[in-house]
Amino acid sequence: MMTGCTLSNLLGIRYTSKEKFLEILHNSTQFVEVNQRAIKKVPSLRGRSIINLFLEPSTRTRVSFELAGKRLSADTINISGSESSTKKGETLLDTVKTIAAMAPDAVVIRSSASGAPEFLAERTDNISIINAGDGLNEHPTQALLDCLSIKERLGKLEGLKVAIVGDVYHSRVARSNVMAHRLLGNEVRLVGPETLVPSKLISADLLRPITTDNPGRLTVHSCLEEGLSGVDVVMVLRMQLERQSNFFVPSLEEYSKEYGISEKVISKYCPDAVVLHPGPINRGVEISSELAYGSRSLIARQVELGVAVRMAVLFTLLAGGHEG
Amino acid sequence: MTDSKTIPSLWKLVVDPETISRCISRISYEILERDRDHNLAIVGIKTAGEHLARRIHDRIEQLENRKVPFGVIDITLYRDDLLISGTKPLLKGTDLPFEVSGSRIVLVDDVLFTGRTIRAALDAIIDFGRPSRVELAALVDRGHKELPIKADYVGKNLPTQRKDSIKVRLKEMGFDDDGVYLV
Repeated sequence: MMTGCTLSNLLGIRYTSKEKFLEILHNSTQFVEVNQRAIKKVPSLRGRSIINLFLEPSTRTRVSFELAGKRLSADTINISGSESSTKKGETLLDTVKTIAAMAPDAVVIRSSASGAPEFLAERTDNISIINAGDGLNEHPTQALLDCLSIKERLGKLEGLKVAIVGDVYHSRVARSNVMAHRLLGNEVRLVGPETLVPSKLISADLLRPITTDNPGRLTVHSCLEEGLSGVDVVMVLRMQLERQSNFFVPSLEEYSKEYGISEKVISKYCPDAVVLHPGPINRGVEISSELAYGSRSLIARQVELGVAVRMAVLFTLLAGGHEG
Repeated sequence: MTDSKTIPSLWKLVVDPETISRCISRISYEILERDRDHNLAIVGIKTAGEHLARRIHDRIEQLENRKVPFGVIDITLYRDDLLISGTKPLLKGTDLPFEVSGSRIVLVDDVLFTGRTIRAALDAIIDFGRPSRVELAALVDRGHKELPIKADYVGKNLPTQRKDSIKVRLKEMGFDDDGVYLV
């Protein structure tokens, strides 16, 4: 049975209700307090086991999930490995069988295959599946921590205009954030060259119905001025340097000249905006150092809040027992 | 919107507002009587315990004309039924803005029943430091303890059946008046 929208999985923001989304954010703020204590550990998930299955390289997400599990007193086990790109289905199926046999309470999965968390959820019972980033699909905990960072700084999460700038095509962070802000009723503008923000793909993929009556507006802009004018939040995406051999942009220099975000650009088009970046940043390519480390940047806070948000996700999904 | 919350007519009032007020006064005096080292801190257990703790705290500050540290704890993360209960707990937040180590902490809760909440609260406090002493004040002690935990200050002893439900309703929670009810 497809279990994508039950409360015990976090497969993507597209399956998450606004109520659940806000509940996780609420609990996150309480874990921010726990993370400031001298003893940063609570007994809430004692006796639970969590497998962190990282099939694609990741440092910050893996470490923050591991720390989150440990601070909740769960037993965390890390499995990492690289997938054979030609045998993804088969490899993943074998992995699923192995994991099911170990009967953990939760599996946190990062994979380069879009849909791998759903694949896992469909083939396991009584295991909470948490998506830590799958291919070009979603990265829900990143969207949660981005929203928490915004809420902390701006004091609100609704009635906002949000611009997402750069390589939207390759970005699961962008997809989850689009879902999250539409769920909250915020206006979302996708900004970048046509090759990286193809309007056709966006409308087919991202305009899928999500679980809200009042989704925010979603528009596409290839003109930076048009996209950024008057926004409250600018989310700069990483130029995925490893993918540029695919000729999405003529050169990084040219991209940077046209779409690079600097303090000058922000103060010209949206002087009140805060700036986010999911990291790791390519300084001087998609964002200037001055802006990334300046006062309107939430980048350092995004990393700090990562652990609290992941604690809230694990707590919200695993405390209170499995449903059903 | 501005209407206060109402009490169902079937609920039986077992402690009236005047008695609650007198209990708060008496407990405040009793706590002060034992304040030899001037290291007192009042800590309420969310949610009703917080309001009662605030009243005791304000009373003590007024009587003594000095500042007394105040804090609140949410025991949700320390509950011993987190993995079995079917409810999805919402966290309410802990705030202990004083040095816990060396303090004489008086924990305040509304109803002392099984003692499990107090057990969880003790665990929570110890994560913040090593108090010199921890005492317990409860507005109502209704019996049926499941742990070796006893209150140092009790407002009212209420013999109850195990299946009874005791509800504390306070003005701070949006009700017209204070009251303890048997449901």
